[in-house]
Amino acid sequence: MSKQNNAPPTALKRLLRDPQAIVVISILVILGLAIIIGPLLSQFDPARTDLGSALAPMGENGHILGADSAGRDILTRLLFGGRNSILGALLAVSVAVGIGTTSGLIAGYFGKWFDTLSNNAASLLQAVPGMVILLAARSVIGPSMWWMMAIFGVLLSAGTFRLVRSTVHSVRNELYVDAARVSGLTDWRIIFKHVLRVVRGPVLIQAGFLMMIGLAIQAGIEILGLGDPGMISWGGMLSDAFARILVAPQLMLWPSVMLATFCLCLTLLANSLRDALDGTQRTSPATIRKVNREIRAEMAAEAAFYADNPIMMGEDELLHIEALKVGYAAPDGSITEIIHGIDLQVNRGEVVGLIGESGSGKTQTAFAAMRLLSEGGSILSGRVVWKGRDLSTVSEAEMSTIRGTEIAYIPQEPMSNLDPSFTIGYQLMEPMRHHLRISKKEARARALDLLRRVEITDPERVFKSYPHQVSGGMAQRVLIAASISCEPDLLIADEPTTALDVTVQAEILDLLRKVQAETGVGILMVTHNFGIVADLCDRVAVMQLGEIVERGDTVTMFKTHDHPYTKQLFSAILDPEEIREPYVAPSGAPSPAAASLVDTSLVEEAEGRLETKTVSKGASA
Amino acid sequence: MSRASYEAGHLAGRDALGQELLQGTDRPLDPNAPLLEINDLVTDFPLKGFRAKPFRALKGVSLDIRAGECVGLVGESGSGKTTLGRAVLGLAPVTAGSIRLKGQEIGNISAAVRRRVGRDVQVVFQDPYTSLNPAMTIEAILAEPLLTRKVPKAEARERVAHLLEEVRLPADAMHRLPKEFSGGQRQRIAIARALALSPELIICDEPVSALDLSTQARVLDLFKEIQERTGVAYLFITHDLDVVRHVSHRVAVMWKGEIVESGDTAQVTRDPQHPYTQRLWMAAPVADPAKQKIRREERRELLAAQAEAGEATLAFAA
Repeated sequence: MSKQNNAPPTALKRLLRDPQAIVVISILVILGLAIIIGPLLSQFDPARTDLGSALAPMGENGHILGADSAGRDILTRLLFGGRNSILGALLAVSVAVGIGTTSGLIAGYFGKWFDTLSNNAASLLQAVPGMVILLAARSVIGPSMWWMMAIFGVLLSAGTFRLVRSTVHSVRNELYVDAARVSGLTDWRIIFKHVLRVVRGPVLIQAGFLMMIGLAIQAGIEILGLGDPGMISWGGMLSDAFARILVAPQLMLWPSVMLATFCLCLTLLANSLRDALDGTQRTSPATIRKVNREIRAEMAAEAAFYADNPIMMGEDELLHIEALKVGYAAPDGSITEIIHGIDLQVNRGEVVGLIGESGSGKTQTAFAAMRLLSEGGSILSGRVVWKGRDLSTVSEAEMSTIRGTEIAYIPQEPMSNLDPSFTIGYQLMEPMRHHLRISKKEARARALDLLRRVEITDPERVFKSYPHQVSGGMAQRVLIAASISCEPDLLIADEPTTALDVTVQAEILDLLRKVQAETGVGILMVTHNFGIVADLCDRVAVMQLGEIVERGDTVTMFKTHDHPYTKQLFSAILDPEEIREPYVAPSGAPSPAAASLVDTSLVEEAEGRLETKTVSKGASA
Repeated sequence: MSRASYEAGHLAGRDALGQELLQGTDRPLDPNAPLLEINDLVTDFPLKGFRAKPFRALKGVSLDIRAGECVGLVGESGSGKTTLGRAVLGLAPVTAGSIRLKGQEIGNISAAVRRRVGRDVQVVFQDPYTSLNPAMTIEAILAEPLLTRKVPKAEARERVAHLLEEVRLPADAMHRLPKEFSGGQRQRIAIARALALSPELIICDEPVSALDLSTQARVLDLFKEIQERTGVAYLFITHDLDVVRHVSHRVAVMWKGEIVESGDTAQVTRDPQHPYTQRLWMAAPVADPAKQKIRREERRELLAAQAEAGEATLAFAA
């Protein structure tokens, strides 16, 4: 079926594609099978002492791994001991996951008093030293490995509880949980169908680590000699070997190997599981470097050609983008081209709109012009020329200066572009002090002046404020102030008003117009809103799927446009004159007769009510 | 599907939904009463801190919606419009006042009663990316509200196919996951989910704000078409004035937790009375350079006039 083909691989499939996971799983399966089946096949009784083969070396008397000081077969004991060690660790993990998940789900989802109570209980559990509790428990209950591991599970449950609780907290506010609630799902059903699914992955990963801790702690208890002497386990074998370490150090080897292998495998498996569940396929840095080398090699000839044929820029021309192609390195080492050869010019003092829908590549074009493509992205061919200089030939340091003083950027999300831990004033002053090399005092005066210029009524207060203390519109004013602080020639504004309310948007547009008129700066306005283009732009270019399909003078473009896509966009603009008519109830609105029918129905049985409802509904239809 | 057959399906659906649901219709039917009646609704959100004064998101809001009508709710972020929608859905607290659906109080009811009544009020959220569980197939998402009401599996499956048809998605969409769909398609799926229980009212919380321009127009048309076909009522919450003009019969304007103006769409949008509504209307840029130039002038004059009239504090609230 085709749906199977284009569906992205599930977490399990991704896990089985990871070579590390395959190796680790194979080792665990082989060891697991050996521990389950091995003892059945062994000719030796793990507890039978045979002084004749005491400390027998490997292979003697049929002892494949030799025998211990009491002449017991090491291999048989290793396999029998594995059963107990692993079951013990599993017991601890089950208790931890069982208690932690249940209480975490309830606390995270329902909150209230249970949340407070269980949270404090978890803090208490995490605060007490585990070993001390285990020792105390042993002195009360006696040397039972199972009890010890169960108690240890309770201690571990605090960690699982916290993990589950915080995961549930984040899912609980997802809109799809709200939607499920509105559809009438009970809380328990929401927990099982929506919340548990998200919690599953992290808990599984944590269980892998807990299993490892369980094995280690158990071995630790046994080595200290606090274990159950009647029970064979890896820890117990280590403890025996420890007592004879001077006589027969080789006895330490096999239980240590088993413990180390299991712990290592569990950790690696948990890591692979995390990657598989995370699911996002990232392009590795090595692949990116390889792809970049290929691109550079390919572009060498082109660069030579461009070097010989510099662009004769007009006096007014600022930014000149020619046949620009941009691509991103895919995880498999290929290149996904997202911009397919575009030309774009911005002149001094001109406002150029770059309009397109999501995925059209308008933002990537803007980033390519500033050489700020994100990891893995690069210019595949074509050139970006800034005031006569090909930007691909400019060093990173020079580029940074150009970005600070000649090209400025106004982002879409004002809040996420201000650092929450510094005051607005500091963030305004720093770039000026760096780029313009002016004193702190001078920078401060300029910053206050800038805030005044972007029509902030109380510049002193805003100067001292932290970003979270001002509104979104105010933050955008601050960023506009910052963008013009080093007197750039070009502003690149990426949807600068999309995150703002309509009235604030109008103010910001007015402000941009004013700033533009005052400073004569050129603006490249990336937007999806035709109202903004109509309001501010001199020229406009329409982008679709990485290409500029049509361009022209704004006034002309709004009157005539030829490309089918442009036509489609323009026709999608809602006509402000097209207002929906007031609602008229459908003819045959409930008549008094129908109303009386309904009234009498009130005293009837439930079925009868449904019938009358049909009647009245039918009448109104 | 005609209006009559929607209702037939509605009732047949109720039949199938069984006795449990019949109790959901257990309410006095006054055919002249509006479908939804909100009176003096107050919503407080507790704030952190000892004896902190709660935040009042809604300060006594009254609104009604008739069956089959679309009422647009306009306002800026923080105006309380989303809270109003969530209060009707039972997702936000009702501190005082009442919300009545067909005469029955649904403001402060237990979760169990809400589940019975709730089928008549459904929702389409703004963000089509987080409103669908990424781990569930479209079929599972659409069948969920039906299965939770004990509709037999085969019947639910049939209904899901039908729902996909209604929102113009191919039938094979059933077996796919949300991430395989574009924003517009996801929003269609969200609409289909809202329609699954044949509700009488759908709260649409900015349902087209996250969509591209051309997708937005098509989804809006779908909303209108479904309304005309089925007679479902909408509370259409949006900040986009063009959208609200296009889709609603009546408009209510919210500002700082209150409805400051309401009326027929044509009247409120052509001749706004409240200074805030006037500013709001003037603020949206027109997609026409010449008209926008005039609009800009008008806005400047309006702001100057309002400032003179002592509205200065309001005009620069941003």
